[in-house]
This record gives sequence, C-alpha cells and structure tokens, in this order.
Amino acid sequence: MNCAECEILLHALIDGELDAGHTREVEAHVAECSACAEKLNAFRAMHETMSAANLKEAAPAGLRERLDAALPALPPLPAQPARSAVRREFVRPSRRSFFGGFAAGAVLSGAVAASLMLTVFRGDGDRTIADEVVSAHIRSLQPGHLMDVETSDQHTVKPWFDGKVDVAPPVIDLTAEGFTLLGGRLDYIDGEPVASVVYRRRKHIINLFVAQRLGSAHASVSPRTVQGYNVRHWSQQGLDFWAVSDLDAVELGEFVGKITAAVQPNGRS
Amino acid sequence: MLARLPASLTCPSLSGTANGGSRVCQSAGRETMAGYADDAHDRARRFRDAALPYLDDVYTLARYLMRNAADAEDAAQECYLRALRHFDTYRGPAMKPWLLTILRNVCSAEFSRRGRREVTGDCEVDTRTEDMPLWQEPNASPETSLLRAHDGETIRQLVAALPQAFREIIVLREINELSYQEIAQVAGVPVGTVMSRLARARAMLRAAWNAAEGAAS
Repeated sequence: MNCAECEILLHALIDGELDAGHTREVEAHVAECSACAEKLNAFRAMHETMSAANLKEAAPAGLRERLDAALPALPPLPAQPARSAVRREFVRPSRRSFFGGFAAGAVLSGAVAASLMLTVFRGDGDRTIADEVVSAHIRSLQPGHLMDVETSDQHTVKPWFDGKVDVAPPVIDLTAEGFTLLGGRLDYIDGEPVASVVYRRRKHIINLFVAQRLGSAHASVSPRTVQGYNVRHWSQQGLDFWAVSDLDAVELGEFVGKITAAVQPNGRS
Repeated sequence: MLARLPASLTCPSLSGTANGGSRVCQSAGRETMAGYADDAHDRARRFRDAALPYLDDVYTLARYLMRNAADAEDAAQECYLRALRHFDTYRGPAMKPWLLTILRNVCSAEFSRRGRREVTGDCEVDTRTEDMPLWQEPNASPETSLLRAHDGETIRQLVAALPQAFREIIVLREINELSYQEIAQVAGVPVGTVMSRLARARAMLRAAWNAAEGAAS
C-alpha cells in the first residue's frame, strides 16, 4: 500500500468501514510510515473530539410540538376536501396554517391509501413525476401562488414565458369552450423550471404543465389519479404535457381533447 | 418557501370531522368508514413512531445545508410532509437515511428555486479545493493542537465554513452517524466518492481547525 491509498483508507479504518484484509494492510503501512501514522492519529483524535462534542442540533420545540401534536389526531375524511374558489390574498401563510396543510396532506394520503378506487402505478418512473406535479398543483392553490402573470389574453401569457423556460408552451384560449384562461406561472418540478398554463372550469383550477422532458414520452394520453386529483400526461410536438385538476375525469378529458387538437400543427396555437 | 398545501384545505380536515364523517357514513356505510379511520389513524401512528425519532437528525442537516434556523425549520417540516406522503410505498432503506435523502432533495429544490446551486452533484465541487494537498502541516504539534477546541460552538463554525459538498459529508458522517453506504445513497454518489470526499473534507476541516487554533493561541 502506498501513502496516497493510505490517506483515503485510514478514514475507513477510523470509521470502522474497513474489512479485515484492508485493515491489516493499513496497519502494516502505518507501522512503517511515520507520516501516515501521524495522520491516522490526528484524524482519529479529530473524529473522537467531534463524537464527544455532541454537535447534533435539537429541533426547535415549536417544530417538534407541531409535528407531534398533529400526527396521531388525524381525523378520518374522504379524499376530496371541500375547496373554495382560489383566493388571491397576498398574505404569507403563517407556519401554523402551513402546518395545518401538513395535517391535511396526511389526511389526503391516508385517504388515498384506503381508497379502493385508487389506481396504483408501482415501479413506474412517471409516478414520482406525477406526485410532484400534483404537489405543484396543490401548492399553486395556495393564496397568491397560482399565477405569476394573470391575464386571459393568450398573447400576453405566451411571451411572458420567454427566457424563463426553455420551451415556448402553447397557450390556447378555450374561454369560449368553458375553460377560462387565467394566466401562467413558472414552477419547478424535478428540480427543473416548468411552464404552467392555468385554466379554470367553473370553480375548478386546471394546471397544464409543459416542459421539454417531464417523464416518459406518451404518444397517447395516460390517465391516473393521485391523492384524489385527476392527472393526464401525454407528449405532443416534442413537448411533455401534464394536466392536473380536481375536475372530474370526463371534463378533464374534454379539456385535454381540446388542448391536443389545438396543439396539432394545423391547430391554432 | 417550500411546497405548502393551501390553507383552505386545513379547516375542513381539522375541524370538520363530524360533517365529513356523517356525509361518508350516509354513502359508504359504517363498516367501511370505521375500517378507513383505523387505517389512516394506524398509518399516522406508524409514521410518527418510525420517523419522529429522527427529527433532530433531519433538523441538524437542514441547519447546516440551509444555514439559518427559519429555513431549516421549513425544510424539516417539508421533509416530513413529503415523507408522510410517500410512506405507503416506503420499503426501506433505513428510516434515517431515507428521511435525510428527502431532506436533501427539499433543500436542492429550494436552492434551485432561488437560482442558486448548492446541493447538487459531484460537478459542483470546486476544482481548486479538489487540487489542494490532502495534508497541510499544522503550526502546532499535532497531538496537542487538535484537542484544544473541545467546545462545540467552535467546531460548528468550522464545519459551517466548509464548502457545501464537504460540509454535507462531514455532517452525514460525524453528526448523523451514517455508514458510507448510507451516505452514498443520501448524496447520490458512489461509495468510492464518499471515501475520497470524506478524506478531503476531513483534511480541510483539520486545516481550518489548526488555523483557528493558531489564531487563538
């Protein structure tokens, strides 16, 4: 063993991660090399000092109490919460209200677990994306979070995305067909910026996420349900689309049908 | 900052139990409802028992990654929210590395939301620090110099001053006490990278430690 190898492996020795064979090799090297022996001693002393210093931070009492108090007290509720129309107050939610959201999330997940209607996509790479897309949808319903650009004019929304995302998302005005264009928003899914075009059907919000690559390519529309939300995913014109809403499956299907028709090369986007 | 559920969701779920319950009982029948309630309650209790003991670990890593208490608290909270959401499909690994992986993702997402790149992959490691010699001779003699700074606050500051990738690996090993395999999983790098990065991180920490003591004495 040379010194360069020893410099790496002596840490594994200190941390108890070395097998017997390598342990013997390191010890044999250290017995003959005073420089490496000195390093081993110094790093071991540092490791032991740090272990003894109890460096772990205690979580703030408030955080612990909020988590602790809410978890066992979960009320049984069906998956679909009553949802009022999206509010627009520009108020930063308090920690308490956020935490209320935590409890609600727990209820939703619990409901999903118990629901016989749930379609489970185990081992499906898109499932993680679907979860994130639904999380982004739920987040967007937070007061003040729905829109970055608020207008029903598609010619205002489309240029707004310029330079913010690496795609030019199709922005289609479907107001005449009962889907009101509300505006656009920049979101982050899977760590990447994603364009979201926001529509409304009656009191139901639809987020249409558009990105160059977001999940696997699906030529046909792939439906699923996550936490009680309907999700539709498809690929068209080299873009990935994810539509999410609490709208029922039939109406969301109608929405998707209108978007796919309009995105066609001879469509109107 | 991080993913928040709408406040409008909270009221019905927390205070509207009676209404929600009776509505379901009418449509779904008593047995199903009772089974469901047990299920959700049992699940919440299992999650609580399994995950809450690691709150200090989660908060500590959050504190070192986010660098301030309020952001760390938000990140830890979001971590538990996500963990609960995925608890049904959780099949291992051990709970602590699983939670820390989620926390790290939460912090990454927050950094990229802010347009900073702090908790990303290997490529983010500053090449200048990679090229530094592993060993820098201390000014004082090695046996005595290290052991003077017993006080935790000094050590915390030294760790906090390390570049992100090295700070993270020191915290995961020395404070969260993860194995190399678990660190590899949390940081999303091979075990070999964990070993070389840890050697580098400890060398940097030791150099800073010696410098601090040199300045103090």
